[in-house]
Amino acid sequence: MKTTVREGPGGVQILDLKGKITIGSGDVQLRETINKLVEGGKKNILINMKEVTTIDSSGIGELVGCYTSVTNKGGKLKLLHLPPKISDVLTVTQLITVFDVYEDEAEAVASFGS
Amino acid sequence: MSLSSRFENIEMAQHLCGKLLEPYDLPEETRHWILMALREALANAIKHGNSQDVAKRVHLDMDVVDDDLRLTIRDEGSGFDPKGVADPLAPENRMKTSGRGIFYMKTFMDEVAFRPVDGGGMEIFLKKHLTRDGKKEE
Repeated sequence: MKTTVREGPGGVQILDLKGKITIGSGDVQLRETINKLVEGGKKNILINMKEVTTIDSSGIGELVGCYTSVTNKGGKLKLLHLPPKISDVLTVTQLITVFDVYEDEAEAVASFGS
Repeated sequence: MSLSSRFENIEMAQHLCGKLLEPYDLPEETRHWILMALREALANAIKHGNSQDVAKRVHLDMDVVDDDLRLTIRDEGSGFDPKGVADPLAPENRMKTSGRGIFYMKTFMDEVAFRPVDGGGMEIFLKKHLTRDGKKEE
């Protein structure tokens, strides 16, 4: 998995993920990237999933873990551009109601200020 | 076939399973979820069964019998009680970071069965009925 971090308006950290978030390949990388941001005081994080091709149960677990660690530090973690298969997985695992999901980046970034 | 307990081997097994599915011209989504179920079973065997001990093998049989895809995955670990795995949909478990692998398999396959193996290890059997248009027969 490739990860690119860029800063949006209001200091929102936008993570562009590309590839697979699966066991042994991307799952730990996601956690480490988020932890580094949180430790650096970045608390508003938007994960752009547009180019994520596959996520397995381990990847879902990491996503949940990241959500919990960001929230516990007083921050917010939201998702952008969920591909249909990932949306399906979040639906069957009943996690879709946990995450704030957006289709428009500007709208997603603005939501951190509300 | 048998594989060493490395996560990198999962993709090779998925590739071979994909070859087995080719004659069925399945919708991409159906194919994706079958391969995902296989991924979960193999990851379970490597991580929880064999504790990522590369000296231990994961044994995989793949076959299509009467349009049923049959996958058997066996590890060389100490086994586990599948009934002891918590329901990931229960409110108290929903935010846990693990425990969704078996749920994935049960969601995407028609049949999932667990069997402790004599001499140690756990065998997982996965079955999916295949039709030429990829839809389940009524």
